[in-house]
Amino acid sequence: MMGFIWFWLVAVMIVGYVVLDGFDLGVGILHLFLPRTENERRASLHSIGPVWDGNEVWLLAGGGTLYFAFPLLYASAFSGFYLPLMIVLWLLVLRGVSLELRNHIDVGVWLALLDGVFGLASALLAIFYGAALANVLRGVPLQADGYFFLPLWTNFQPGANPGILDWYTVIGGLVALVALTLHGALWLCIKVSGELEQRACRLINPLLVLVILLTIASLVSTIAVRPASLNNYYRYPFTFVVPVGVLAALAGIWFFNRNRQPVKAFLSSGVYLFFMLAGACWGVYPTLLPATSGADRDITLSRAVSGPHTLSVGLVWWLFGMMLAVAYVVFVYSRFKGKADVDASTH
Amino acid sequence: MTVISAAQLAGIFCPCPPFCLHQESKLTPELIHRLHFAFTITFHYLFPQLTMGLGLLIVVLKTVALRTGSEEWDSAARFWGRIFGINFVFGVVTGIPMEFEFGTNWARFSQLSGGVIGQPLAMEGVFSFFLESAFLGLFLYGEKRISQRMHWFAAVMVWLGSWISGFFIIVTDAWMQHPVAYSRLPNGQFEVVSFWQLLLNPWGLLQYMHNMTGAVVTGSFVMAAVGAFYLLDGKNKEYGRIFTRVGVISGLISTILIIFPTGDLHGKYVAKNQPAAIAAMEGLFHTETGAGIVLMGQPNEETGKIDNPLVVNNVLSFLIYGTTKAEVTGLDRIPRDQWPSALPLLYYAYHIMAGLGTYFVALMILAALLLWRKRLYGARWILWLLLISFPFPYIANTAGWMTAEIGRQPWLIYGLMRTSDGYSSTVSAGNGLFTLIGFMGLYALLGLLFTVLVYREISHGPAPQPQEARAAIAD
Repeated sequence: MMGFIWFWLVAVMIVGYVVLDGFDLGVGILHLFLPRTENERRASLHSIGPVWDGNEVWLLAGGGTLYFAFPLLYASAFSGFYLPLMIVLWLLVLRGVSLELRNHIDVGVWLALLDGVFGLASALLAIFYGAALANVLRGVPLQADGYFFLPLWTNFQPGANPGILDWYTVIGGLVALVALTLHGALWLCIKVSGELEQRACRLINPLLVLVILLTIASLVSTIAVRPASLNNYYRYPFTFVVPVGVLAALAGIWFFNRNRQPVKAFLSSGVYLFFMLAGACWGVYPTLLPATSGADRDITLSRAVSGPHTLSVGLVWWLFGMMLAVAYVVFVYSRFKGKADVDASTH
Repeated sequence: MTVISAAQLAGIFCPCPPFCLHQESKLTPELIHRLHFAFTITFHYLFPQLTMGLGLLIVVLKTVALRTGSEEWDSAARFWGRIFGINFVFGVVTGIPMEFEFGTNWARFSQLSGGVIGQPLAMEGVFSFFLESAFLGLFLYGEKRISQRMHWFAAVMVWLGSWISGFFIIVTDAWMQHPVAYSRLPNGQFEVVSFWQLLLNPWGLLQYMHNMTGAVVTGSFVMAAVGAFYLLDGKNKEYGRIFTRVGVISGLISTILIIFPTGDLHGKYVAKNQPAAIAAMEGLFHTETGAGIVLMGQPNEETGKIDNPLVVNNVLSFLIYGTTKAEVTGLDRIPRDQWPSALPLLYYAYHIMAGLGTYFVALMILAALLLWRKRLYGARWILWLLLISFPFPYIANTAGWMTAEIGRQPWLIYGLMRTSDGYSSTVSAGNGLFTLIGFMGLYALLGLLFTVLVYREISHGPAPQPQEARAAIAD
């Protein structure tokens, strides 16, 4: 029971991270081409300035929660995905620093460089996150002791000896890239004004079409690569509400965007990301990390979970702490409600 | 397991000779993973120590500003807020890798210990980072959207957040130094038996007081140095006076507290619980009654002696046990395979920390006396000393952490798990070295950028810029 609860609590942290940091990653990707003048670039960055750092905290808090609730999974996955994780860390460093630096430097040449680094790092992060999730869904070649080490690529086939990148995980990366770009465009649509706002809003429908096509592709390919993903759904048919939710959320984005209700459209996109991730989690549950080397080597919930006392004590402080955290998040977002301050100076 | 011979690298890469000697000149995976963590954590901690020290001092500035309504103190708070912001971002981006490295580089340790130390690490994220990041955003970006009182409150919350964060990290480390409140599950994993005993580990409380005081020392020296710079330079003199005054007063308090009681109590506790560490720190090869303290000299592991020693008799016995006649355990009573594996490095780290700590008190007492006699702002020689002394607290804090962590060796969890049993066995030395070199390059760039940014802020000065006055606050 405790294992079940903590599985979903970790999932909540991951969803929180993707939905929140997702839009500032999206703004980063759009930063590569959407804003055309220095003022527009500043406006788009100011829309995420006060919050991106807090959004990244969800990753840290999620990582920590995973560490103490499922130590074996944390140890196995983090050492097995060693190379891509380190690249993710470098990208996070570059992205954070280029964003911060941009506020302090006013030489045009350097600004262009920083904008490029910030945008590219954001795009690569989105791709890596999508590919990471796809790696988990596809499974990894686990040894008997629960460990593995994946090279960045082998023959690009999701077989018994896959690499981090194969055709299936690349699809996952593309879904994340486009979905987060859309998420970011919806955010800009709320937070900026003028021509930039119009350009961001105009981008939404084409991106939405791409997201729908890629969502279908990822669904089909997931079932092809790992047919067992559907077992839970057949066993508990009411959980088909998840794919229905995905569709409803996509329809919501389209509908609210057409009716010029950008906040609701943005929230629909959050709901879309939530259902996509929840659906993926439910597809593997109660396995945490499937093995391509035979199902008896799967890292399952019961195998990876921490001791009972750890988990019950953890539940008390976790609920208390996260209530506080959500209160801060709501407070800060409410303070920065409405359009971003464009005149807040940089120097 | 991949083992790269050091000869292959033609001696280019031997960053830490004492390690290399013990590893028979091989770059083993264990060595690489140790260096990986050591390098990234050492670089990372350059930033949080200023965050935590400066956080407190900004609250002081902001409080004075709020109580007196002084524009100058308000600008002073804003100025340090900007430097804090830069410093904070560098702390965050170098901090994220730390939490991941437990899993990436120390997987076998994490698998067994996650149930215990994963707890404070997750609590750091949940209780501190959310608080800190939310209110820092408000402090830096939101001043004109909130009242001055609320702005002060944001400063307090940022400071609180950074100190809570420090607490959970110390709890984590304290458990590795002095494991308490655990049991073992049938699969070998550690399990918490008492949440409060874990959080209130006596080792952790002592270490926390000592460490946080150390952070305030760094903050004070940096603030005093910038003040001294302005006074010597003749620009922004009114701010120079504020900064040196606040820096010297908090510097005096913190440099005294770091030795007594926090350093003294912590040292005694280490002596009681890690006799091998204290013997190696002090260079005490032989058990002695009335042991002397080695002020200078080079430990010689081969002969078991201190070369060129400068020793004060009986002082070590007195410092640890409060009597000059007490017996202090030397390394001769400790099995060789339990000696800290980088003994000379440990000895030097400890001596550098203690030596600098002594210098700090002397400097700050002198500066405080001159401040009291109202002669500090014109005394150029001591302003020069304050200016060039700002790197030393960074060195002392780093050396202090090296003392703690090298002193714990060869244990990863003291007495329970050896370091050689904890690293990620699936990550080869070659892959580890690849990312270590990557981090070294990236962090060299970060260090450069940080210096440029802070230099720019300092040469801009704290006085409000015309555009800034309009926007009330710049980020």
